[in-house]
Amino acid sequence: MSEKELGKKWDRCLADGVTKLGTGLGLGIVFSVLFFKRRTWPITLFSGAGLGMAYANCQNDLRSHYLLHRSEKEQ
Amino acid sequence: MLRVCLRGVKATARKNSGRTRLTNLQHNRGYTAGESSGASRVVVAGLLTVSGGVGGTILYAKWDHKFRAAVEKNVPYSEWLLGLALGPAPQDTGLPIKKRMESLQPPSMMEKQMRTPTTKPEKKLKETAEHPAPDASSALVQSAQSIQEASAEATQIISAISEVQSVPAPCDTEAAATGREDCKECNDHTVAMEPTAVLQKTDSAGTAEPLTERPVEEVAARLAQQDQEENNVVASVSASLEDSLASSAQATLQAIGAQEAALQAIGQHTHKLKEAMEAEAPSEEKSTQWKDLETALADRTTSMNVAKTALLKANEALDSLKSVIDKSKGLKVAAARPLILAAEENLHKMVVDLDKVVSKVQSAESEAKIVAQYSELVNEAKQQFHREVSSLTPEIQANWKGLTGKLSTDDLNALIAHAHRRIDQLNRELAEQRVREQIHIDAALEQQKLEDQKALEKAVGTALQHVKEEARLEQEKKLAELREVIEAEMRTQLRRQAAAHTDHVRDVLKVQEQELKAEAEQVLSSKMLEQETRYRQLTQEQLDNFTLDMNAAYARLKGVEEAIDSHVEAEEEARKAHQLWLSVEALNYTLKTASAESPSMPLEDAAEAVRASCVDSDFALALASALPEKSLKRGVYSEASLRARFYSMRSLARRVALIDESHNTLYQYFLSYIQAALLFESQQEAPPTQLHSEDLDAFKLLSYASYCLEHGDLELAAKLVNQLRGEARRVVEDWLTEARLTLETRQVASLLSAYANAVGLGTTQAP
Repeated sequence: MSEKELGKKWDRCLADGVTKLGTGLGLGIVFSVLFFKRRTWPITLFSGAGLGMAYANCQNDLRSHYLLHRSEKEQ
Repeated sequence: MLRVCLRGVKATARKNSGRTRLTNLQHNRGYTAGESSGASRVVVAGLLTVSGGVGGTILYAKWDHKFRAAVEKNVPYSEWLLGLALGPAPQDTGLPIKKRMESLQPPSMMEKQMRTPTTKPEKKLKETAEHPAPDASSALVQSAQSIQEASAEATQIISAISEVQSVPAPCDTEAAATGREDCKECNDHTVAMEPTAVLQKTDSAGTAEPLTERPVEEVAARLAQQDQEENNVVASVSASLEDSLASSAQATLQAIGAQEAALQAIGQHTHKLKEAMEAEAPSEEKSTQWKDLETALADRTTSMNVAKTALLKANEALDSLKSVIDKSKGLKVAAARPLILAAEENLHKMVVDLDKVVSKVQSAESEAKIVAQYSELVNEAKQQFHREVSSLTPEIQANWKGLTGKLSTDDLNALIAHAHRRIDQLNRELAEQRVREQIHIDAALEQQKLEDQKALEKAVGTALQHVKEEARLEQEKKLAELREVIEAEMRTQLRRQAAAHTDHVRDVLKVQEQELKAEAEQVLSSKMLEQETRYRQLTQEQLDNFTLDMNAAYARLKGVEEAIDSHVEAEEEARKAHQLWLSVEALNYTLKTASAESPSMPLEDAAEAVRASCVDSDFALALASALPEKSLKRGVYSEASLRARFYSMRSLARRVALIDESHNTLYQYFLSYIQAALLFESQQEAPPTQLHSEDLDAFKLLSYASYCLEHGDLELAAKLVNQLRGEARRVVEDWLTEARLTLETRQVASLLSAYANAVGLGTTQAP
């Protein structure tokens, strides 16, 4: 059903966001622990990067319908 | 009440004025007082106006009645008030008087009407009363009946006018009385002219009269009655006559007997007296003679008295007989005439006899008178002589004849001398008498003549009377005979006339019969002809009708056969249509099998069935194949499920209302979500007939669609939802397709059912 798609998208977004945020957070923590002497900025950086990536993904996903993909364009 | 009101008004006015003065005075004192007085002033003013209004209305109502009526009609309880104030409404005094006048008029009119009918029958009666004089007796009788009829009519008219009751009685009796009088006259007339009336009636019975004739039986009855009456009268007359005759005869006989006896007694007495006068018998015989004479005298007197009384009685009887005869004459009954005549004859005879006897008695009496006179004279002379002798010789006794030896010579001489002197005297008287004889005789003759004359006259008179009476009787007898003869002749003549009349009538009747027969024959023949032609016409008509009916029946039969054939076809068609309809119904039913969430059964079978049942109808085939594949394969969703889905979808569409190709960042999503949260639109809104550009807002569209869905208009809802653009459109895409599918299927199904219905209607025959 078309109405469930949005919901699904949001689920994906959320899941993705959580994943990315978590991954970013983790990486950030790892990197901050490993490489950057437990500073917070790699955590925030990476979590932020993760969140941003999630946001971008979400947006892209949500927009995907309106965008003509290259394959379609070419076709 | 009005004055009370006025007084109240004045009092309130005074009070008001007083209060206003007070208030004016108090005005300076303070507002509070002024305020309260102001309020009271207001109240008082209001009361004043109300009372003034009421009083004014009452006054005006008194003056204008229409206004009063209007007020009473419109304002409740005003009647009571106005009634109290002015008394009851003056209810149109003009009209009732008029009504009374009108009601008075009809009775007077009716009286007049009644009077005119009464005068009319009276006039009729007078007119008819005048008629009896000139008209014949039969007309009289009939006019009497008409009078009776007229009186009956009058009474009918009068009785019809119900109000007037007292008048008909006198009118009726009047009419009846006049009728009766007339009838009495009629009766008398008829009784008088009875035989002529009878014949006239028989004559006039044949002729048609304007007045109704009495029926024959009535006439016969009347005649019989009259005859009977006559007979009764005759019988009574005869009886009375006989009675009186008998009594008078008896009385006359008695009288005659008495007279005869008297006559005899008188005769005897005179005879005896004569004897006594003339005879020179010895004294004893003389005395006996005298005694006899006395007895005879006594007898004579008694017999005379008896005769007188008998005569009186006889006269009375005869008078009564005469009166009876007169009365019976007065009755004027023809049959009694001979009786009357006989009675009169008898009367006459009796009268004659009585007169004869009376005359005899009278003559005897006169003779007796003469003898008595003679005897008286003789006695007187004797007496005188005796006195003379006694004067001369007082000692001598009465009977000087027996004195032969007792007288002395002196006495004798004296006696002789006296006798001589007496003789001389008597001679002288005789001479004188002889001288005067003639004169005396003349005088006596004269006297006798006179007496004779008187007697003659009397006798002549009585004889004349008798003769007159006899002549009259003779005349009457002759008259009676003549009358009889004439009657007989008349009867014969009338009989002859009647015979002639009957002959004539017979002839006339024969002729009439002939004529009538001819007429009747003619009429009969014409009628027969008519009947025959009619009969022929009727038969022809019948034949024509029959042929027409036959033709019609044949045509109908043909029509019926055709109809039946067409019926068969039509039934086939109907069956097919029914089949189609059933299959379409099955299709509809399968459509309804959609539950809340799941779609309906696949419509494959139903569609197959439909296709099977409409093999020869391209339209139906086309329709059946127009069903979308998906519905066939999968089935369709029901409207209810779509509705439910729509509501869940609506919120989603609201949320992504701002998102379209150009606006689809996450931030836009965020804004869209906030917009959805903050924007309140009506849940349902009726869509306008024309969508303007501002209506293309998602929220509005959704509310329109919601409204349509709520009202069961899926199509319009789908249309409206179709107007969504952008992400909202993408979200509702599926719902839209489903809705489209459902709509399509439903449309096809409805078309098919309409087609099936139409075909079914077309083939079904109306009852």
